[in-house]
Amino acid sequence: MPKSDRKNGEKILLDMQAEDAFVQFERVQKSYDGETLVVKDLNLALPKGEFLTMLGPSGSGKTTCLMMLAGFESATHGEIKLKGQPINNIPPHKRGIGMVFQNYALFPHMSVAENLSFPLEVRKMGKSEREGKIKRALDMVQMGDFGGRRPAQLSGGQQQRIALARALVFEPELVLMDEPLGALDKQLRETLQFEITRLAHELGITVVYVTHDQTEALTMSDRVAVFDDGRIQQLAPPDELYEAPQNSFVAQFIGENNTLDGVVSKLGSDSCVVRLDSGEEIDALPVNVSNVGDRTLVSIRPERVEIDPDLGPDAHTLNAEVLEFIYMGDVFRTRLRVAGRDDFIVKTRNRADQVRLKPGQKVKIGWLPHDCRALDI
Amino acid sequence: MTDQVTGPDQFTGATPDNAIRNADREERSGPMLAADGRPLKQSLNRALRAQKLRALALIAPLLVFIVITFILPIADMLFRSVENQIVSETLPRTVVALEDWDGDGAPEEAVFRALAVDMTIAAELKEHTRLGSRLNYETTGISSLFRKTGRAVDDVDELYVDQFEDLNEAWEEGATWATLMGSEDWIEDRAEWAAQVEAAEAAQDAATTAEEAIAAAFEEPAPRFELADQARAAFPSAAPLYSRFAEISQVENEDSLFREEPWPAVYEALYADLLAEGGEGYQGPQADLVAEAAQAVSGFETISARDAFADIDEDWLDSDVWGTIQAFSDPYTAGYFLSAVDLQLSPEGVVAQPDDQRIYALLFQRTLFMSMVIMFSCVLLGYPIAFLLSNLPMRTSNILLILVLLPFWTSLLVRTSAWKVLLQQQGVINDTLVWLGVLADSNRLELINNQTGTIIAMTHILLPFMILPLYSVMKTIPPYYVRAAKSLGAKPSTAFWRVYFPQSVPGIGAGCILVFILSIGYYITPELVGGTTGTFISNRIAYHISQSLNWGLAAALGSILLAVVLVLYYLYDRIVGIDNVSLG
Repeated sequence: MPKSDRKNGEKILLDMQAEDAFVQFERVQKSYDGETLVVKDLNLALPKGEFLTMLGPSGSGKTTCLMMLAGFESATHGEIKLKGQPINNIPPHKRGIGMVFQNYALFPHMSVAENLSFPLEVRKMGKSEREGKIKRALDMVQMGDFGGRRPAQLSGGQQQRIALARALVFEPELVLMDEPLGALDKQLRETLQFEITRLAHELGITVVYVTHDQTEALTMSDRVAVFDDGRIQQLAPPDELYEAPQNSFVAQFIGENNTLDGVVSKLGSDSCVVRLDSGEEIDALPVNVSNVGDRTLVSIRPERVEIDPDLGPDAHTLNAEVLEFIYMGDVFRTRLRVAGRDDFIVKTRNRADQVRLKPGQKVKIGWLPHDCRALDI
Repeated sequence: MTDQVTGPDQFTGATPDNAIRNADREERSGPMLAADGRPLKQSLNRALRAQKLRALALIAPLLVFIVITFILPIADMLFRSVENQIVSETLPRTVVALEDWDGDGAPEEAVFRALAVDMTIAAELKEHTRLGSRLNYETTGISSLFRKTGRAVDDVDELYVDQFEDLNEAWEEGATWATLMGSEDWIEDRAEWAAQVEAAEAAQDAATTAEEAIAAAFEEPAPRFELADQARAAFPSAAPLYSRFAEISQVENEDSLFREEPWPAVYEALYADLLAEGGEGYQGPQADLVAEAAQAVSGFETISARDAFADIDEDWLDSDVWGTIQAFSDPYTAGYFLSAVDLQLSPEGVVAQPDDQRIYALLFQRTLFMSMVIMFSCVLLGYPIAFLLSNLPMRTSNILLILVLLPFWTSLLVRTSAWKVLLQQQGVINDTLVWLGVLADSNRLELINNQTGTIIAMTHILLPFMILPLYSVMKTIPPYYVRAAKSLGAKPSTAFWRVYFPQSVPGIGAGCILVFILSIGYYITPELVGGTTGTFISNRIAYHISQSLNWGLAAALGSILLAVVLVLYYLYDRIVGIDNVSLG
């Protein structure tokens, strides 16, 4: 794992000249108790206008990173730079970073308009200018008629729109969002996901967005940083993250995934053969293996598995037994027993000619070698 | 709530927001009906009635206890602040006669006559001293006047007694009077009873052993006196008076009417009746005696009751005494309340008390002012502590909270006495300051037995009542509000004053009300460390309750205190809003 990390860091530094970076974390570490590191050696740079999502399970360090960027937590080691200037010692209120909180954090004793007016007042802005900006910000989130309401008189979705408007009204170049949609129901969440990305692109602002919802991360972001154990496991655009996970954590965390354990028995530059623990052999793309004889975790997406495939004479196939067939409308989900495991999932599209498998049926499965990734264990 | 249809997020499907919207809409479209067609509210009430009754049963013992031991006594106590039936009950005739008095000089003869009768009865029942004490609150000297008069009232009409007895010795006999006034039935019953008593006495004399004597004893009371109709008609004033005399003699004193000579006032009344009517219409057993007297009365010497009372005490000619009696003759009076605000009810109407007796307005002002000072001191000292407590980790804050509560585990007296030790001129604080050279030895601070002492000690004692509500409110203010304010560009001080502080106001409100109301009625600490300038109105109330025994004034002072608190509470509600008070 350290190896892949280093690779990520180097890649980013190569991709982007240091002065280009709008926000930059350099070898940042954070410890709360002086015994364990919550954030371990974080290197991250993002250009202006990017929508970056920090995704990870709870306790992975993503919120801590956000809080360090906002200035509510200080880095134990390393430097955080904004527009090339170190901001470690700048207090939060002088950083000029907009922030949207998970609980909206609308001031309950102020009306919506007063909430929006607050960041402008502390910037000593004139009354008429303030009013114009408040109106524009409210219209932007389609809440123009709600200026006189109290936050308690609004629904959750409306409160989140106001919180968004308040974070944007003073026109920050960087906006941080800490799981802003976590408390909303699914339909509302999807609408707001769309609106947040639309606004971010229209206004050209840079967004750092924290979530533990992978769908949200995949649909909204330009790039996603997958956090685990205080490190970035992979930093990549959504499609790359899904289709080419760099390690087994990312592969399993993002989307649904079938895994098989085995040992590398042949290793080429762009293909390898893995001998599974059950004795069968399969073709795979070597991603995280370096030597013949290494143990590996092979990962295949359920929708890339083919049933009774026609892949040519050299391709390896596996025997499988159907355990369960689940009809899900647009797709069929079939659970199979493969290589001694009971949790192998295959997804097939609901097409008129698609065969519906019956439990107990014996089939052969296979896949294209580059869809099957041999990862670290 | 979310009834606005112009906003975004308008899904037609089932979202929580839509559920609320639908509920709102249904509420507006008339009463909902339950399945059986009754209004839903009615059905709900029926369903909840059992629960409510059960809840009531659970609180009933406490409710009864509170009502009996707390609310009723307080109501009774407060009622005493206006109650004043003692004057009209003790001097009923005088009060009626005095109605026409113009307040100038001593009243006329009829009033003194009525007073003679009232005083006779009151003295017999020993009620005149109580009345004297009551009226003494209003005009000093009345208490001793009443005492003196009570002892001498029988002398007023002694002249008539002598003249009747000179006329015929029979008037000396109780029996004469009893047969004169009593109805025939009563006289017969009484004779029968007397015979039984005599027989029993004889049997007792004859008895040889104690057992026999006890068995022979006859212990029934004499039959209750009944006034003869013809006596009532013939002697319109003497008959009722004698009847009252009979009642008091028989019931209060358990004397035999046949042996008791009536009050001189009865002789006087009979004299007046005979003079006016001549005893016409009386056909009873003492008709001869009455006829004899009727002829003689025109020649009787008379005496003015006014002069007789003046003989007892010159003060009876003083219009102030009569003014006081008249002013307080109503069964309800504003007198106590007027006294409580340094006014008094004089014959000229409501006037201010003499300068040297005006203390209550000053005391009320001082109580309110010092309570405010104590309240603000508590806010100033308590707010930072509560803020610290609410921002510390749970473990540390719990330990500190115990320190805050520690004073509660110590007796109030001990804490107050400790302040005496600390604050006195030869006390710890002064000694330390002198030792440090801050103060000259001759120039020690006066920190106790004045307002400073009261404020210091009470701030200390009431501080936990400020800290606890503040703490519990601050505990509920999430830290992200201040963070949000900072992220929006507010300096830490701005974030505090504009975002944190307004949200802690409910705690300040609750603490202030608590501290203020507690301190406004505080008694023990001002008593011990307040000296003369640092005492509260409550100390004066306690004085009237336990020492001067002027409960009416104490009740009036207490009522005013209660009213002041309620008014302040109302103002607080109007200005800050009582919804903004939270104990957490």
